[in-house]
Amino acid sequence: MTEISDKKNKEDLNNDIIGDVTSGEYKYGFVTDIDTDIIPKGLNEDVVRLISQKKGEPEWLLDFRLKAYHYWKTLEMPRWAHLDIPEIDYDAISYYAAPRKKEGPKNLDEVDPQLLDTFNKLGIPLEEQKLLSGMAVDAVMDSVSVKTTHKEKLAEMGIVFCSFSEAVRDYPDLVKKYLGKVVSYRDNFFAALNSAVFSDGSFVYIPKGVRCPMELSTYFRINASGTGQFERTLIVADDDAYVSYLEGCTAPMRDENQLHAAIVEIIVEDRAEVKYSTVQNWYAGDKDGKGGVYNFVTKRGLCRGDYSKLSWTQVETGSAITWKYPSCVLAGEGSVGEFYSVAVTNNRQQADTGTKMIHTGRNSRSTIVSKGISAGHSQNAYRGLVKVAPDADGCRNYTQCDSLLLGSNCGAHTFPYVDVLNDTAVVEHEATTSKISEDQIFYCNQRGIPTEEAVGLIVNGYAKEVMNKLPMEFAVEAQKLLQVTLEGSVG
Amino acid sequence: MSALKQYIDLYTQHRDAIHSRSPQLLNDLRDKALAALNGKRLPRKGEEGFEKTSINEMFAPDYGVNINRMNIPVNVAASFRCDVPNMSTWMSFIVNDKFYASSTARINMPEGVIVDSLENVAANQPHIIEAYLGKIAPLDNASVALNSLLVQDGIVVYVPRGVKLEKPLQLVNIFSSPIDLMVVRRMLIIVEDNAQAQLLVCDHTQDNEHRYLASQVVEIFMGENAQFDLYDIEESSAMTSRYSQLFARQQAGSNLLVNGMSLIAGTTRNDYDIEIDGDNCDTTLAGMAIGSGKQHVDNSSNVKHRSSHCRSNQLFKYVLDDESTGAFEGSILVAPGATYTEAYQNNRNLLASTSSRMHTKPQLIIYNDEVKCSHGATTGQLDQQALFYMRARGISEKEARLMLMQAFMADVIDTVRMEGLRDRLRHLVEKRFYGQQMLCADCGISCHDSKPE
Repeated sequence: MTEISDKKNKEDLNNDIIGDVTSGEYKYGFVTDIDTDIIPKGLNEDVVRLISQKKGEPEWLLDFRLKAYHYWKTLEMPRWAHLDIPEIDYDAISYYAAPRKKEGPKNLDEVDPQLLDTFNKLGIPLEEQKLLSGMAVDAVMDSVSVKTTHKEKLAEMGIVFCSFSEAVRDYPDLVKKYLGKVVSYRDNFFAALNSAVFSDGSFVYIPKGVRCPMELSTYFRINASGTGQFERTLIVADDDAYVSYLEGCTAPMRDENQLHAAIVEIIVEDRAEVKYSTVQNWYAGDKDGKGGVYNFVTKRGLCRGDYSKLSWTQVETGSAITWKYPSCVLAGEGSVGEFYSVAVTNNRQQADTGTKMIHTGRNSRSTIVSKGISAGHSQNAYRGLVKVAPDADGCRNYTQCDSLLLGSNCGAHTFPYVDVLNDTAVVEHEATTSKISEDQIFYCNQRGIPTEEAVGLIVNGYAKEVMNKLPMEFAVEAQKLLQVTLEGSVG
Repeated sequence: MSALKQYIDLYTQHRDAIHSRSPQLLNDLRDKALAALNGKRLPRKGEEGFEKTSINEMFAPDYGVNINRMNIPVNVAASFRCDVPNMSTWMSFIVNDKFYASSTARINMPEGVIVDSLENVAANQPHIIEAYLGKIAPLDNASVALNSLLVQDGIVVYVPRGVKLEKPLQLVNIFSSPIDLMVVRRMLIIVEDNAQAQLLVCDHTQDNEHRYLASQVVEIFMGENAQFDLYDIEESSAMTSRYSQLFARQQAGSNLLVNGMSLIAGTTRNDYDIEIDGDNCDTTLAGMAIGSGKQHVDNSSNVKHRSSHCRSNQLFKYVLDDESTGAFEGSILVAPGATYTEAYQNNRNLLASTSSRMHTKPQLIIYNDEVKCSHGATTGQLDQQALFYMRARGISEKEARLMLMQAFMADVIDTVRMEGLRDRLRHLVEKRFYGQQMLCADCGISCHDSKPE
């Protein structure tokens, strides 16, 4: 009898601990009271013109936006994802919100102190003293880039790292040459929307043979309420160049849902290498699924050059709904694509995320390692495509997707698409789904490690393969995030 | 014009003719199906779940439909020599759209067992049709509704409680017609509590000149602790298309094995939809496809675990040569209450030529943490080292390749639970790889003479 009640108690305890997960605090949920310039809600041609005008854009960019807007109007919201997306009213969103600032801050003293405060809270090394930490940061708040650090040093090496608007102004030829070349405005619903209303973002150009000496980083933050964030990132690595790029995202806690529809385009030339790391921690909504950010992002890289390499690493812990497939088009001979992902969902979060590896170049190789962790009432899906074109001889792909389930109310799903049109390709896919094994927990308990810590240990071990791919500064943050997100969770 | 419309028009024009030659129970189903088809369309290529196969296109050509159910003269002697050596079966035939039970079929059949045509059972044992037909094949599905609308004949297998059939049943489907032909057939299988049965189905096409289309819906009901094996071997022709939809429902403790082998086919699509509704069930779903020429084989499976302590295993293997294309889409669904589920899925493919294509999409949909699930999919070529090893021992490259391909298919054949059939399948696969025509008429093995009544 005692044994049974012990077991019962243990189960109750486990359930309690799982319950605790749902009360995890979102520590980035502050709102900064900054004077913001918001245009009226709604989307029509005038709004697109207004955004373009506010940013003082040239005619060709306005044309691009309008083409995208008219195309977007013909599209329907995609429904194929394993997501339950509430109807989004695109007329209830304001498409432009910029922190109101005096004419161009020349140095940090001129930047709004409250803004600095915000970034300090986020722990972004925006301040001069932190320049020593060796990271160049472009901070984007409510779609507008507010401050880029380390610019001079980078300029010496010929590296362009600036906000998208500046790039349009200062390097129109480069932007014109590459904009929309990887993700066309006709690509999908959200790409078309972004192309019509994007407000800012980052632009990176690494010239031939240059190895970027520091990690470049962008922090995205939605601040104003009732706004969407639509930024665009464009990275070009010319022959033999190398760059490591980091992206982080946070948003305040709000009751209503906010829309984030971004585009990232990357072009990798001969023998160049780009490493793109994301730690995504948008506000995920409260434990009942109220509020949170809809993260509908199109990310794609074109490995155009021979022996080029693109590596995506992502740690996804935030957002109410994630719809995101960072992809590689491996067009160059011997080009390499990598995708490492840890996606954690908790409470009522939903994620449908994965990658596409499109092999069109001979002897191109790709590796996909995806680790999904679901807890609470969340739904976590991996969706990926590996495609080998008829002429791409000697391609190799290895895919591994593992799912870990914590608690009995969550879901883990896998939807891999494998399309092989060439007989010399070797494509492998493996997926497993399981919970944390009781043996492992028992082993830890036996050695005096409490269950909660044991779970943390096991989850971290499970995600290690991906975490190891992150740059040092990010790895520490990502590991902490993982712990916070799953605090108290015992499967 | 959508392909569906021509069939609806055909039905509405010839409703009286169709109804007058068919039992009332089937006619009732037809009218329900017609209502269900309102506003529906057949799946097209590229739609989710139908990435590589268009059902609409498959049904679009103007096939003849034998509305008046006339006898089509068939050289039965040539066709009916198809059986498995060392294995005696109770055999029946469906020639085009007409059911024949062979003389052996009713001998020594245990009491209460029904193996008969759908038409006969609908006329003689209507309670069975009422209780089961159309109960798990949803009319919501346009293809099922189309099949129900025009259903011609089929087989009903009813094995009552506790009866174990000692000999396997065999059904031979034969296409043989002087004109292009579409047949609409149905299989209804009921294996009650503690009963056991095995059914071997062979699809044959007798000529390479006419276009044939088979629309087939299979419903399998399994009682508690029932055991049922279905082996479905397709050896038709490059001009034959087939869309088969199988629906099965398993009660507690039942054990289901379905093995579909597409050896020769034109365009084939097989859907497997299996509901596991009781605890402690076992499900094995296996399949192979050997493609050459412009063949296209698409298998789609959906195993739904709704109860605890069940095990399912899926294994699908493809060898694709020439310009053949293959597709596999499999999913495992584990419902929230289905704890202690073990579900596995494996899809392995060999591309033997530069123009062959393979599309695969294995899926896991899991709403429960007390599970062990995995899937694996690979697409590649023969192991160069193994080939080299064999070449170094004086085996010609062609021979070595064929041997490796046969070995590749071995584990699909190993799932078969009938010794005699395993040997026969090994032989069929070997002959298939050596490129010989598999028409029974040319078959070198001395088959028994078993003619229909």
